[in-house]
Amino acid sequence: MYLDDRRPTITPQLARRVAIMGGLAVVVLGIVFFRLWYLQVLSGERYVAEANNNRVREIKVAAPRGEIVDRNGRTLVDNRMGLAVRITPNDLPREQEKKTRLYSRLAELLDMQEREIRSSVREQLRALPFSAATVKQDVGLPLVQYIEENQKAFPGVTTEKVFLRSYPHDEVGAHLFGTVGEVSAEQLRDKRYREVEQGDRIGQSGIESTYDRFLRGVNGATKVQVDATGSLTPRQLPRQEPVPGRQLRLSLDLNVQQAGHKALGARKGAFVVMDVKSGQVHALGSSPSFDPNRYVKRIRDSDYRRLTSKALGEPLLNRAVQGDYPAGSTFKLVSSVAALEGGLIEPGTTVFDPGVISVGGRDWQNARKAANGPVDMRQALEVSSDVYYYRLGQAANATGDGRLLQRWAGRLGIGRASGIDLPAELPGVVPSPEWRDRLFKERKTDRPWSVGDNMNLSVGQGDLSTNPLQMAVAYAAVANGGWVVRPRLGMRVEDGQSRPVQELKPPARRRVNVSAEHRQVILDGLRRAASGPRGTSTDVFKDFPIQIAGKTGTAEKGLARADQAWYIALAPYPDPQYVVAVTLEEGGFGAETAAPAARRILASLFGVVGDERKVVRGSSQTN
Amino acid sequence: MQSAVIDSPAREPVDARARLPRLDPLLLLAVIGLVACSIYTIWTATEGDVEGSPYHYVIRQSIYAAVGFALMLAAATFDYSRLRELKMGVYAGMIGSIGLVFLVATATRGSKRWIELPFFRFQPSELGKVLLIVALAGFVVDRSRRLEERDTTSRTMLLALVPAMLVVAQPDLGTGLVYVAIALALLFVAGTRWTHFAALGGLGAVAVALVLVAAPAVGVDVLKPYQVDRLTAFVDRGDDPQGQGYQLEQSVTAIGSGRRTGRGAEGATQTKLDFLPEHHTDFIFSVVGETFGFLGAAFVLGLYALLIWRALHILTIAKNLYGALIAGGVVAMLIFQIFVNVGMTIGIMPITGVTLPLMSFGGSSVIVTFLAIGLLQSIHAQAREIAEVKGRQLIT
Repeated sequence: MYLDDRRPTITPQLARRVAIMGGLAVVVLGIVFFRLWYLQVLSGERYVAEANNNRVREIKVAAPRGEIVDRNGRTLVDNRMGLAVRITPNDLPREQEKKTRLYSRLAELLDMQEREIRSSVREQLRALPFSAATVKQDVGLPLVQYIEENQKAFPGVTTEKVFLRSYPHDEVGAHLFGTVGEVSAEQLRDKRYREVEQGDRIGQSGIESTYDRFLRGVNGATKVQVDATGSLTPRQLPRQEPVPGRQLRLSLDLNVQQAGHKALGARKGAFVVMDVKSGQVHALGSSPSFDPNRYVKRIRDSDYRRLTSKALGEPLLNRAVQGDYPAGSTFKLVSSVAALEGGLIEPGTTVFDPGVISVGGRDWQNARKAANGPVDMRQALEVSSDVYYYRLGQAANATGDGRLLQRWAGRLGIGRASGIDLPAELPGVVPSPEWRDRLFKERKTDRPWSVGDNMNLSVGQGDLSTNPLQMAVAYAAVANGGWVVRPRLGMRVEDGQSRPVQELKPPARRRVNVSAEHRQVILDGLRRAASGPRGTSTDVFKDFPIQIAGKTGTAEKGLARADQAWYIALAPYPDPQYVVAVTLEEGGFGAETAAPAARRILASLFGVVGDERKVVRGSSQTN
Repeated sequence: MQSAVIDSPAREPVDARARLPRLDPLLLLAVIGLVACSIYTIWTATEGDVEGSPYHYVIRQSIYAAVGFALMLAAATFDYSRLRELKMGVYAGMIGSIGLVFLVATATRGSKRWIELPFFRFQPSELGKVLLIVALAGFVVDRSRRLEERDTTSRTMLLALVPAMLVVAQPDLGTGLVYVAIALALLFVAGTRWTHFAALGGLGAVAVALVLVAAPAVGVDVLKPYQVDRLTAFVDRGDDPQGQGYQLEQSVTAIGSGRRTGRGAEGATQTKLDFLPEHHTDFIFSVVGETFGFLGAAFVLGLYALLIWRALHILTIAKNLYGALIAGGVVAMLIFQIFVNVGMTIGIMPITGVTLPLMSFGGSSVIVTFLAIGLLQSIHAQAREIAEVKGRQLIT
């Protein structure tokens, strides 16, 4: 029956159609062949990278941050190891129910409120989306091991070793170092943090921020191989070792710094000790201070409120660079330079000081109306005659554009940022006619500029707003021959064995033209103030083995607030190497409180043994 | 005819070999080569898949191949032409077995394709491909003198579409499309007019438009959502990294990462770490690509080219139209499956669950492909026998 379909040879039509089928096969295989060529030969590298990306998970190994040491190599800031529990939201279970269960289990484990974890994670993710959020830092090792061993039960929860900063000297120098914290989204865009990756911890303030590029180091990574379910496979992959951060040596002298904190005690105030020639800061502190060890994990809002609370003396405020104080009589150094260089007076010219003068229908008096008789500049500085400087302020206001004092204050660095390597410095204000007239125009004050404002400025009262560091810079300029230095804390970058890697060159100083003769007159006056028979701080320093020159200051702050006490010393006399500036809010007369504090600091600076046992309290009640 | 036989000097040896089928050696070589590649690839890919028995899949695939090989030899000795008489029974059996799936099948990932047998899971839709070729070729031969009639074309297509729709409903879209390809190939080889194909093409386009665009628009989902996803994933990949696009991505990555010479069994991380889904079944070609590189993949493609070439050759030497049609159906099945499966692994075809003939792990697929090859060998053997009887030299 099937014989009828037998065909001896193939028809041309069939031959053609077979050829078409063959052609189709060739085309199909050709397409596949060339696609394979494209994928495997031309783009193979890319897919190898993708395949490796699939299987290799990098676990960051944080680089230890460099230590910060003082000029003698004593540790100021170092690291300790902490273990952190983190949540990567993308890896959390998607089902709401499972997620809730995970959170509650985690809360129980970490001894936290579930709500607390959720809100903290939410808060961190808002700040830095798509990253991991730290749930708790500094958890115990057994807990970390438990989570690691039961990784399947905790999807999205990871543990990480972190280096936490540790401050062996607690509140000593707390204002300088600043904090270390996770890099923010905004910072990540900054080219300064090019090499920083999300989740890295960087210096957020203070020295940690200024010298972050040296301190932070380079993170390493351990690589692990995972399969499609994310489970680890036994295969070992090469480890990239972290490069620890550099050690930073500050010019700070821990002994002097500690002496400063001790000298201020619980009082609100600040101190600065600086090399007059190089601008190297040997001590710089503010009181009240705080213990940074308590805030290394995370600064809660409540902590922050406490640290900035007025009632608690705003411990976070670095009064040495952020204070806004009138300088009192310590400003007379600036007035002296201005008057001499501006030709208002000759060094030997005497002014009669009756204790009270009347200008503009108002009485201007020395403290306690002390009548000093005829005084030249040296004597005026010795006894801190206000009348002498009132006259200069009055004259300056009437001379030229009336801005002689202001100009010299600016030249000597008052009312402008000193450029110290601390980020949060405030410039302050030197009142001038323009300044007050503008305020008056804006109805922020009740009257325009008057001669009285300049007289107030000449003795460092009134609207002047400065800080101990600016004053130290001005005093240093007179002591070092006219160089306005840029104060520096960072001295040297070193490796882990304290071998120098890079000296941190002090930035260029600025030169002001003050004649040597005039400088000597002022130094003489300051010397007499600390040693002359009528000197305001003579009784504080009379048995001090180091010769010093120094000026007391007592700034009135009005509104029935206690006066601001100042003392600025140059030592050793006659060739001063250091300037020591101390100020105390509500300190009363400078000689009574600030000068003794300065003596304590000077004793530490010059290694005067046993000086702290001596009770020194000046009796001079001058401005 | 008798005289020709008597005159032939080669009479004696022909008679002596008469009991052995005259197999096409190159076709045999291609098949053995592919099975060897399959077993070796499955071994490298699945070594660690079943805890404690690294040869789990290798042993099974070897058994399937052995059974298939035996069935192929059996089919080769048998004159395929006699199947033409059985076409009604074959067709009914095919429809019946595919329909049975809906009653007794076990569902795997939402689709009912398999019937559990004591030793392996039987997939009627796989066997159905060969049964369809055998039955439909018979129908076409019966109507071979009326090919110009539209009736012939539409009836043939209808006969294929019935089982195809049943398979699509399992749901197994890819295999359903194989049935359609087979029917088209039979008509093509038989000599159906081009105008008929053009009309079929137009109808097909309308059907696709209806299924993919019009029906969902009025709320009738002919295809399951996952099927639509799979079909569109290769066009629009980035959508969901965990979804269908993910499989494609991983497969392309696996193949690309093989580069020229492959990453070796140990280095094939896409396969070994399970990033590549279904690495011993649907995505076995990706394993070849990753493990043995461009060379390995091209070698496998070469074996397929050899297979198709021999199948087309057998088509041309078939002693009758029935044989030519069967060969044409087998060729269409092979080309379609190779292109759809390999195309899927290299990201130019949608994911359809079509197996790679002789390479993919799976009893039904391997055995049925061997059966189809057995039919080709039978056509070859018959053609040789006739030729020798006629004393004519065949082009080999």
